[in-house]
Amino acid sequence: MTATEAPRKGVLGQRLVRREDPELLTGEARFVADLKVSGTLHLALVRSPMAHARLASVDVSPALEVPGVVAAYSGADLEGEWAGPLPCAWPVTDDMRQPAHLPLAAREVCYVGDAVAVVVAESEYAARDGAEAVLVDYDPLPVVVDLEEAAADRALAHEELGTNTSYVWELKPDEAAVEAAFASAAHVVSGRYVQQRLIPSAMEPRGVLVVPQPFGGEFTVYSATQIPHILKVMLAVTTGISETSLRVIAPSVGGGFGSKLNVYAEEVLALTLARMLKRPVRWIETRSEATQATIQGRGQIQEIELAADERGRIQAVRVRLLADMGAYLQLVTPGVPLLGAFLYSGVYDVPAYSLSCRSVFTNLTPTDAYRGAGRPEATYAIERAVDLLARRVGVDPAEIRRRNYIRPEQFPYSSVAGLVYDSGAYEAALDKALQLAGYEELRAEQARRREAGERHQLGIGVSSYMEMCGLAPSRVLASLNYSAGGWEAATVRILPTGKVQVVTGTAPHGQGHETSWSMIAADRLGISPDDVEVLHSDTAIAPYGLDTYGSRSLSVGGVAVAIATDRVIDKARQIAAHQLEIAPEDLDYGGGEFRAKGSPERSMALGAVAFEAFTAHDLPEGLEPNLEASSHFDPPNFTFPFGTHVCVVEIDTETGGVGLASYVAVDDCGNQVNPLIVEGQVHGGITQGIAQALFEKASYDDQGNLLTSTFMDYLVPAASELPSFVTGSTVTPSPTNVLGVKGVGEAGTIGSAPAVINAVVDALSTYGVEDIEMPATPERVWRAIEQGRRP
Amino acid sequence: MRVSLTVNGKDRADEVEPRLLLVHYLRDVLGLTGTNIGCDTSSCGACTVLVDGESVKSCTMLAVQAEGTEVSTIEGLASDGVLHPLQEAFREHHGLQCGYCTPGMVMAASSLLAEHPHPSEAEVRVGLEGNLCRCTGYHNIVKAVLSAVAP
Ligand code: FES
Ligand code: FES
Repeated sequence: MTATEAPRKGVLGQRLVRREDPELLTGEARFVADLKVSGTLHLALVRSPMAHARLASVDVSPALEVPGVVAAYSGADLEGEWAGPLPCAWPVTDDMRQPAHLPLAAREVCYVGDAVAVVVAESEYAARDGAEAVLVDYDPLPVVVDLEEAAADRALAHEELGTNTSYVWELKPDEAAVEAAFASAAHVVSGRYVQQRLIPSAMEPRGVLVVPQPFGGEFTVYSATQIPHILKVMLAVTTGISETSLRVIAPSVGGGFGSKLNVYAEEVLALTLARMLKRPVRWIETRSEATQATIQGRGQIQEIELAADERGRIQAVRVRLLADMGAYLQLVTPGVPLLGAFLYSGVYDVPAYSLSCRSVFTNLTPTDAYRGAGRPEATYAIERAVDLLARRVGVDPAEIRRRNYIRPEQFPYSSVAGLVYDSGAYEAALDKALQLAGYEELRAEQARRREAGERHQLGIGVSSYMEMCGLAPSRVLASLNYSAGGWEAATVRILPTGKVQVVTGTAPHGQGHETSWSMIAADRLGISPDDVEVLHSDTAIAPYGLDTYGSRSLSVGGVAVAIATDRVIDKARQIAAHQLEIAPEDLDYGGGEFRAKGSPERSMALGAVAFEAFTAHDLPEGLEPNLEASSHFDPPNFTFPFGTHVCVVEIDTETGGVGLASYVAVDDCGNQVNPLIVEGQVHGGITQGIAQALFEKASYDDQGNLLTSTFMDYLVPAASELPSFVTGSTVTPSPTNVLGVKGVGEAGTIGSAPAVINAVVDALSTYGVEDIEMPATPERVWRAIEQGRRP
Repeated sequence: MRVSLTVNGKDRADEVEPRLLLVHYLRDVLGLTGTNIGCDTSSCGACTVLVDGESVKSCTMLAVQAEGTEVSTIEGLASDGVLHPLQEAFREHHGLQCGYCTPGMVMAASSLLAEHPHPSEAEVRVGLEGNLCRCTGYHNIVKAVLSAVAP
């Protein structure tokens, strides 16, 4: 159907199947590893097997003997090539300490996997053989692995910094109020929670292909990245190549979850080597490399205390965080704890708040944003502590939450931490979740099994979350010392045939932006989404954009599409009015057509208007040709999605095995553009939270060696370990954008880990268990039971 | 070494290195890049293809071991521009997001359905155990496979 045909109403909210799917389902889609350019050289890195050592010598000459090897360089060889270090864009405090971080280490290695040399060869196999031939002498240095030991500065991850502390950041609006609340509290509960390091594990490993034009002086960089736009700027800064000579394309990208929201050594190396050798250079990460050289998530120790009155109403929240930066600061490493720092009061009406965060270096893989980034950690701490409070007060976990929720009439709600929550109806989401779960019956069944002393005991976990996403209002980012803005760009063009082109600055890698953005434009234009194409992820097509992360794409980028579409309609209205010889305000627009108010037979289809705009033969005086408009939308606020998850576990008290009996999630992300996609985001998000709660942990020995470097030891859950999910939603539109939408990419992950652990602890409560560390493996659960059984 | 086999119904014969993995043969020699690589320990299933109808992780097999076999990859599933019912089911039920695991997942599911034409949900989940997906939480994949069951 074209823009001139029958009107279509209400595209938004339909469960449209995705236009992205056919090429992905048939193998037609091209990921970076699928791109072939003749004459391409392959790159392999030599990585340190030691977590901390001085480089006594790096001898690349044996690699040059390997057939097929074209060149090999040590870090020292390439030191003159860098115009700048690998970037960290978030210096959260003015006195933040930051070690030098070059694409190849020249003097010292600081984690296992730190790259010390690079080999370039005619084939991938030859490059790897060459890398194995490189001889490196390491002089070991003391290694810091444990977070608390790092904080104590017993050994230093970077001697030259004199301390392991990168920064201390505080959010203490009123300490006296916090102290007074604790002094007069009827109940004080406290928890210490360990957020284990997680390996993001996008199924497509990273990869980059740089194609130079030796005579044109231009470079096309294909990268498996979430951030083609940011990457382009950063590559210019690190290599000194002019931004105008760089084009970055993210082809099909196989998931990211934050791990591809970075500027990596290999991207800079491939570009630099393509410049030096004047040939295309390609690097494809292996999974074993990915577990060490791609950023990891979480890595925090949290101490949280709640002060509450007699009835369990929370009067103050006090938090101390210790955050693991790993060996270096990557793109937003230091900012991750801050993204959670405002949210430790959760969905509750809390009058007093205090938080301090110390971030320290260790000799481990750098941490950075991983799905939720700071917010899952915060939600976990408050939701675990609130369960503890329920126990102290002697009420049901659902009841303690009801007593503390921010009430609907309090929105927009100014939080004690300084945020303004846009909208919320927390209790309604709880009610719906409890009802979907059959909460009363579950409690009865739990009691029955306990009574009967059955081997398989039930645990029921509730977690209510809220998060700030839609990164982000640029002014707020400035106040947090972030070095970029948070706006997003969109351009909408009506082509001469009436078809529509949307150009977005977002960079999807599984989220279905092509489908959703086409729906947004089509809905406003009153046409079929099939008539809207969506272009993205190529800096030559979409010159401005800030890419995809932090559940920002819809609530910032999608909103920009809506605004640009409205601007196009405004321009079209002027042209139509001129053609129909009528005042613009006397025209109605709908269904792809302008009609005169009162005499709808005087009409002009959008396609006809577009053609007039294109020929420009007869346009209103002073109006420019063509039908195109742009928006650079800077959101006035974050959006604050929320919800309640209920997890039911069945624990085998003989083996400690935890089975997921059922999982209910009620999420509210405001208006939904495409519920099919929303549910998919929720499913995947929940699964990553469950994975943290029950399965995954990046384990290291005391020398900083990763013990979980493959999918054999790092337990990404499979279908057989998960239940089907029951999802429901409530809809509380955000008043801060024209679509009324909130983000949903991270919500599932944020809500789920505490729901699972609350369920496990609930099941074990009869054994006196009050906490269990993640992941709650059968061994940990079994030990907790055994300890409880002892007299 | 020489290897002759049938891939998606076409006869192929190529001179290959003995150490060449089947997945590299398919991707690099035949240009069938739909079959993906997600790990180096035969754990993820992204590389799943059918060899004589059985699902096989093509990173666990040498190209020369496929001598004389019939190999089917994701590229051979749709015909004449029409998606196979299983591909259609994945689309209908949003059984893919980034799509990286998808070719392997679809091939594994097709072999599962060939062996168990009427699987239960639990059988589907166990049957797809060797294929990891990081995006979907499997919910919609399982739904898609169950919906594609022959009546
Ligand atoms: S690539 Fe992972 S199993 Fe073959
Ligand atoms: S759809 Fe992304 S890994 Fe399965």
